[in-house]
Amino acid sequence: MADLNVNIGGLSLKNPVMTASGTFGYGLEYADFVDLSQIGGIIVKGTTLEPRQGNPYPRMAETPHGMLNCVGLQNKGVDYFCEHIYPTIKDIDTNMIVNVSGSSPESYAECAAHVDALDKIPAIELNISCPNVKQGGMAFGVTAQGAAQVVKAVRKAYNKTLIVKLSPNVTDICEIARAVEAEGADSVSLINTLMGMSIDAERRRRTLSIGTGGLSGPAVKPVALRMVYQVARAVKIPVIGLGGISNATDALEFLLAGASAIQIGTMNFVDPAVTVKVAQGINEYLDRHGFKSVDDIVGIVD
Amino acid sequence: MKKYILDLRVVSNEHPRAGYALLKLTNPDGPMPEIAPGQFVQLAVSDSPSTMLRRPISVHHVDYDSNQLWLLIHMIGEGTNKLGNLRPGDTVNTIVPLGKGFSLASGSVAKPLLVGGGVGIAPLLYFGAKLKEQGVEPTFLLGARSKDDLMQLDEFEKVGRVFLTTEDGSVGEKGFVTQHSIWNQETFTSVHCCGPKPMMVAVAKVAKGKGVECEVSLENMMACGLGACLCCVEDTQQGNVCVCKEGPVFNINELKWLI
Repeated sequence: MADLNVNIGGLSLKNPVMTASGTFGYGLEYADFVDLSQIGGIIVKGTTLEPRQGNPYPRMAETPHGMLNCVGLQNKGVDYFCEHIYPTIKDIDTNMIVNVSGSSPESYAECAAHVDALDKIPAIELNISCPNVKQGGMAFGVTAQGAAQVVKAVRKAYNKTLIVKLSPNVTDICEIARAVEAEGADSVSLINTLMGMSIDAERRRRTLSIGTGGLSGPAVKPVALRMVYQVARAVKIPVIGLGGISNATDALEFLLAGASAIQIGTMNFVDPAVTVKVAQGINEYLDRHGFKSVDDIVGIVD
Repeated sequence: MKKYILDLRVVSNEHPRAGYALLKLTNPDGPMPEIAPGQFVQLAVSDSPSTMLRRPISVHHVDYDSNQLWLLIHMIGEGTNKLGNLRPGDTVNTIVPLGKGFSLASGSVAKPLLVGGGVGIAPLLYFGAKLKEQGVEPTFLLGARSKDDLMQLDEFEKVGRVFLTTEDGSVGEKGFVTQHSIWNQETFTSVHCCGPKPMMVAVAKVAKGKGVECEVSLENMMACGLGACLCCVEDTQQGNVCVCKEGPVFNINELKWLI
């Protein structure tokens, strides 16, 4: 058995498989299907300072080998999270990571500070890339200046591992990655969803309530893989790869491209037990090819 | 209720009318899990490039003696067409059971009316059977455009009294389910409805007018089916809630429908 342990900016994961925010609830939703302790990390639903109702229904459209969503960060706010949800998830034997979003650098920082106080949350993932909210979200993630501004504010308020989730809806994702690294991010995760749209031709109207949404699923994998490959060579901090990973082979491609860990998102909807299968598959691959650890294959494809 | 991912085997797959499939599944690896009436399952669709997500299908009936789960499927897209054309012996990967179902009325005064239209009749059969098991006789009121659009009537008749409406009057009373004379001839203690939304809104209005509790079963577009993705939300008195987890059955008082 190879060593599956990986380290992400001070955060130790028992294996490189994590779940992507917004696709795995708070983990408990999947407890009937997987042993949550066998997952490297669980990134819970996007959390904001104030409660948010999200966008109106319909929020989802299936597309070839993927789906669009415009959920829009529906959550009950960080106070509710700390008081009511945290106690139910704090003893899950894996890294429980909170995805933090906001509408201004200050609100990001304040939300992060609340989470910083929670003992059993060893890291946050800063969401500067949600394409489905009007204020904040992706607005900060599409310019190096905006991204830097948010990370700077949060870094002052948050002391543990800080992961920043990047948007692919930019001209040069490496520039953004370098900007957040310079402000003290411990890791970057990419990609968030790609902006897309769907039209119902029979009814001659937009399928999603707000018109556009974020594309995820196997359809985005080649785009995500390319960006992970580029960013891994542009920054020194560890990269977490995600975007359309549906099996161990996909995950290995991201690791070989330079990701130190990976996240699985949309595929959790198709196979709720996919995470542990991918972790097992990575282990089998390492054994089969004689690698002793995950680190031995990270970024070895030039 | 514990959820399972099972490879169920197709026992039979009939088309009671064009565009609809009656799929009977069995669990080759053990007993059928406990399922409450009104709950649904998520079926994986294989060999369909345009269908990545599972298809949520309500539970039509469960026969624990013969280890069978029955699903009534409206074949409207590529995914449901693939499911509707499964053959005996095929395997279908199924997440079961999901969601919250109907409230089971009990006691000697209980007299529930189960109203269905189109493929919305599906969950009412199992619900009626469960009521009957508890000593409550269900009354079914089923609506369709025409005689040929009605399905599974013999099965409903085994479980309770059946009243029908058709828009063309080819069988039962002519008109919509809300116009049937049974509403005025008898007094019901609760109404439980599944069908197209305009029909459910109309039924909810009638029930509300009579001061009777009413439950409806929604079919918002879903992705995960587990309450994780927040795609299938309905705007309720508690804000946006997941139909897959908090529903699909809701009391009409929880909803913000204009009734």
